[in-house]
Amino acid sequence: MSILVDKNTKVITQGITGSTGLFHTKGALDYGTQMVGGVTPGKGGTSVNITLENGSEVSLPVFDTVVAAKAATGATASVIYVPPAFAADSIMEAVDAGLELVICITEGIPVLDMVKVSRYMEGRSTVLIGPNCPGVITPGECKIGIMPGYIHMPGYVGVVSRSGTLTYEAVHQLTTRGIGQSSAVGIGGDPVKGSEFIDILKLFNEDPNTKAVIMIGEIGGTAEEEAAEWIRENMTKPVVGFIGGATAPPGKRMGHAGAIISGGKGTASEKIKVLEACGIKVAPTPAEMGSTLVSVLEERGMLNACTTH
Amino acid sequence: MNIHEYQGKEVLKKYGVSVPNGKVAYTVEEAVEAAESLSTPVVVVKAQIHAGGRGKAGGVKVAKNIDEVRSFAGEILGKTLITHQTGPEGKLVQRLLIEEGCQIVKEYYIGLVVDRTSGRIVMMASEEGGTEIEEVAETHPEKIFKEIIDPAVGLQTFQARKLAYSIAIPSELVGKTVKFMQALYSAFVDKDCSIAEINPLVVTADGNVMALDAKLNFDSNALFRHKDILELRDLEEEDEKEIEASKYDLSYIALDGNIGCMVNGAGLAMATMDIIKYYGGEPANFLDVGGGATTEKVTEAFKIILSDAKVSGIFVNIFGGIMRCDVIANGVVEAARQLGLTKPLVVRLEGTNVSLGKEILAGSGLNIVPADSMADGARKIVSLVQ
Repeated sequence: MSILVDKNTKVITQGITGSTGLFHTKGALDYGTQMVGGVTPGKGGTSVNITLENGSEVSLPVFDTVVAAKAATGATASVIYVPPAFAADSIMEAVDAGLELVICITEGIPVLDMVKVSRYMEGRSTVLIGPNCPGVITPGECKIGIMPGYIHMPGYVGVVSRSGTLTYEAVHQLTTRGIGQSSAVGIGGDPVKGSEFIDILKLFNEDPNTKAVIMIGEIGGTAEEEAAEWIRENMTKPVVGFIGGATAPPGKRMGHAGAIISGGKGTASEKIKVLEACGIKVAPTPAEMGSTLVSVLEERGMLNACTTH
Repeated sequence: MNIHEYQGKEVLKKYGVSVPNGKVAYTVEEAVEAAESLSTPVVVVKAQIHAGGRGKAGGVKVAKNIDEVRSFAGEILGKTLITHQTGPEGKLVQRLLIEEGCQIVKEYYIGLVVDRTSGRIVMMASEEGGTEIEEVAETHPEKIFKEIIDPAVGLQTFQARKLAYSIAIPSELVGKTVKFMQALYSAFVDKDCSIAEINPLVVTADGNVMALDAKLNFDSNALFRHKDILELRDLEEEDEKEIEASKYDLSYIALDGNIGCMVNGAGLAMATMDIIKYYGGEPANFLDVGGGATTEKVTEAFKIILSDAKVSGIFVNIFGGIMRCDVIANGVVEAARQLGLTKPLVVRLEGTNVSLGKEILAGSGLNIVPADSMADGARKIVSLVQ
């Protein structure tokens, strides 16, 4: 078990003929993900040929529309590498086609485009991850996105994060300690996005294979605080946290569009205070995300159960 | 992206938002000419900088005649204003807005922002105009009224009316206020704003509803479709190093410390600053080199970091995912050589081909201190710059 994706997930790439789309489609195939096709308007009927690391050749069909791709391949998920100006349209196309999961990697989508997307998705069952995120991985089964696959190890700890590289950092710290991951989800650094922390925490809470969770937040907004309250009320599994940006100056956008302290709100210290008040242990530095989780697992006598043997 | 008040008012005017007549002036003579061309005897001389709190800092003066315009303009132009938003170094005034005066009956606040929780645009209104909204939120949160706007239909008349009545706009002016709010919303959506603040919105003695001040910020992700807004960018108002960095697709923000940082990924870059501080150091900057840390990018990043005279050491923290560590190591070595780097340099590499990367650093003959982990690197650079 895992969340969102597993070895049965069939995936199409929107923007497959672009260099980024092609590069990461190959990466996913190398990892063993079931990539079944792609979409590039105007290139329907053609195919892309990819030589994998192990030397084998794969040919994926390209379609003009997501609806056609879904009908022909049976895909349930899509990953989007379309440039920012067209990405919101691509998300809505995938939602309209009724895919179960849409993962948008694209960074730099105008926020008002995402306001429209979020309105468009109301009442529809598609789950959106991102935009401006690394993607989702279930180690050993399915990798959708730009994360380095080899740092992961199958196991029992869920990771959810607003930052790509901090996700890798946390995963690496876990793997080197022999602690594998059930799934790792980057929800992205934009202010208006698909899934929020709470959506992913719910899935981890319901997943029998996830025994503990690392939640990595950063300055800006109040999603971490809302998640912390939710955890206190509902979560049956231990969660440890980290919040980036304690030294960030107010009013400056720290790389991510959503990482900004505005009007004195969204500071790291405020978030850490709320997390701790909700019983979530917060790693004092990004280098201690793994060790903080280990200490909590030890306290609860769960370390052995969470170690991948 | 920020623009000046006078530019904001010009943008809003095109959407039917009522603003006082005014003109921009770069010199005292232009200020006098502008005042003479306006129809009111009393004019306001306003410093144009990208920061609030200008009034309290002496950047806004009411002139009763042309002589006063001349003397106020002379006084404010070339002055460095220090407000709570400029930082201690202040901002040099190079432009003025000369604007018709009006008789203010009462001041209000209207603002538009994108609310992250609802994923919608929210209009906020308050009777407490003239004070900062953060302050009102702190002391009188019950005096701020909000309407969440459905993007499918836009700001509805009833919503604007509700807000207008909530903040006690005189009933005969509610109609004008509703039009004002709807025009402001149209401008916000049409131009991809991230913030629009009218503080104060004023009701005047002659029965007008006007924006006395206007602060517009734009979503930098959307500037590709607003060439007209991009032209309003005032580079004088921005940090030189940040401008330079943006040319190379590097995300850089200057801070006050002495340890330069070069990191891949925004989250890791922020966390690297945090860990430096945790071990007793002070970060000099935020710098995200992005996914592809090529020699050219690393060289430019080093140049920008080193152009800050306060920097006495550099910490490179790279988690090579897709990018291989040997490629990054070569980039770092090449850049350090080209620049003849003499300041302490600590490099932490992790990821694909990490041992090869470390060999390249060690074999470079340069004084590069390798670090085994992020914590190890932070401790090393902190002790090296002391």
